[in-house]
Amino acid sequence: MISAVNPMTLKKINRRQLLGGVAATLSVLAQSAKSAPWSTIVPALEDPTKVPGAPVGLIGTKSPFEQIRKTASDISARTPLHKLHGMLTPSDLHFERDHSGVPSIDPEKHELLIHGLVERPLTFRLADLKRFPSVSRIAFLECSGNYRSLDTGKISPQEICGLTSQSEWTGVKLSTLFREAGVHDKATWFLAEGGDAAVMTRSIPVKKGWEDAIIAYAQNGEGVRPEQGYPFRLFLPGFEGNMSVKWLRRIELSDEPFHTREETSKYTETVGEGKIRQFSFVMDARSIITYPAFPGKVEKGWIEIQGIAWSGRGKIDSVEISTDGGRSWQLAELQAPVLDKAHTRFRFLWYWQGSETAILSRATDETGYQQPTLKILKQARGGFMGYHYNPITGWVLKSDGEVLFQPT
Amino acid sequence: MIKFLVGICIVFISHAGARLSQNSKTDNMTSFPADSLPTRFGFGNLASEDRIRQWDIDVRADGKGLPAGQGTVTHGKEIYQVKCAACHGITGKEGPNDKLVHDPTKNARAKTIGNYWPYATTIYDYIQRAMPFNQPGSLSPDEVYSLTAYLLYENKIIDATAIINDKNLADIQMPARQLFVPDDRTEGPEIR
Repeated sequence: MISAVNPMTLKKINRRQLLGGVAATLSVLAQSAKSAPWSTIVPALEDPTKVPGAPVGLIGTKSPFEQIRKTASDISARTPLHKLHGMLTPSDLHFERDHSGVPSIDPEKHELLIHGLVERPLTFRLADLKRFPSVSRIAFLECSGNYRSLDTGKISPQEICGLTSQSEWTGVKLSTLFREAGVHDKATWFLAEGGDAAVMTRSIPVKKGWEDAIIAYAQNGEGVRPEQGYPFRLFLPGFEGNMSVKWLRRIELSDEPFHTREETSKYTETVGEGKIRQFSFVMDARSIITYPAFPGKVEKGWIEIQGIAWSGRGKIDSVEISTDGGRSWQLAELQAPVLDKAHTRFRFLWYWQGSETAILSRATDETGYQQPTLKILKQARGGFMGYHYNPITGWVLKSDGEVLFQPT
Repeated sequence: MIKFLVGICIVFISHAGARLSQNSKTDNMTSFPADSLPTRFGFGNLASEDRIRQWDIDVRADGKGLPAGQGTVTHGKEIYQVKCAACHGITGKEGPNDKLVHDPTKNARAKTIGNYWPYATTIYDYIQRAMPFNQPGSLSPDEVYSLTAYLLYENKIIDATAIINDKNLADIQMPARQLFVPDDRTEGPEIR
């Protein structure tokens, strides 16, 4: 297919076209017509109290009035942060980043191999993993390339940093499997490899495996979604999302890192003085106001400023709000429970007089790290932008009620 | 007296039960504290050496994992034209997808193999597992060595007559190698 095209005139190749789009699209359309939920075909009634409603169903539906969606490019899809409430991201709105599409995997045929510096190399199927003692935790997962801006200011939280989402992940602790295989003392790194067409790999310190890594087979109570790594994925709380390898098929224990493509040519950042930072795993503390935010509009009067804050190093200690462009700061209220390495919702009730001003949020985590301005962060990285950008994000409230993004 | 005997029986039974549950994996009545978990549960299967050999495709920076084989710049160029140029450009400098060859006049800021990749082994590892995008895993070791040789040559790291194999790939010094430093961020107030 590719060789028939003149490479010099070829535009950036669309992944969906490459993956054989037409047939796939038709089958998806046929599928959705068959399974279209009742509520999407029946128009809303003038008076729903006078007609019996739809019958019970085998699976829940979304209201046709709530058409909430991710936004997608060829390689990623972003969570609509400004349309969500509470602390959990619905599984079908969890952000997605794939390196060669979403594989279709039969759990009966998929195995996880653990080998290398171990006493007993072992393979596990999904059913084997489910027999081990299980663990659940609510934690965020964020891509380390998660900051975008736009000069016009017309950019939503979804587009600025929608590559972060939060789920309850359930699975088996990796430490349990380490013990099962008998990991050698001299093992310091392990390779995690996915069963997708990219056969994607990352090197991870063994220490993280013993501490809190999970092989997750469930997300928000049901099997992990295919886009999130079905039948199971690695989950590394607080670490950059790329390392939580999806469709996990192999773990190899080693005494040194592997320097894979995703930890050398990608997911590394230029930090000034000609240096490139490698193995920058932890996601620093961050927050963003999700209401008010572009493209929403506001009216003068009472506004409950809302947003989320999170840190890969621990719990959120505090979130401060400025309603005067950063001159003064006041504490926001944090919604309990405030969890370790988890999105935490904050609120700040404020009366807007209607004159133009900028509102900002600033997170501090339990280690004392305070979210920096873009200017300070850029300065600390020798003027370079790239991965691990977590700056304070501002919104300008125009007197006509328009809300525009403002970098700090 | 009867009460006393019943008491003894209960004590005896509960002790026996505790012993039983410690020795048996099938006991589902007892909740164990985490520090008393058995070292092994016995779930899963031992992996055969054959199985490991089939799946263990990774190549480390020190060359561990490289399969026997070799490749040339000329052969690499031929394969590149047919299988890679559509996405990466006719000489690797143009794109539209990742630019692979550094050229200060055409793509000075691009993170290419020549100015950004710290290890030559990563080229081999990545091509053999993930490329070509629409036919991943389809190239033979000799083809992957040849493509690696061609890309190193275009980046002016080896000359046109070099033969790249499992013995010499890890020894190639990449221009960006000394730029890489480990993460120096720590917890606490400092912004890095």
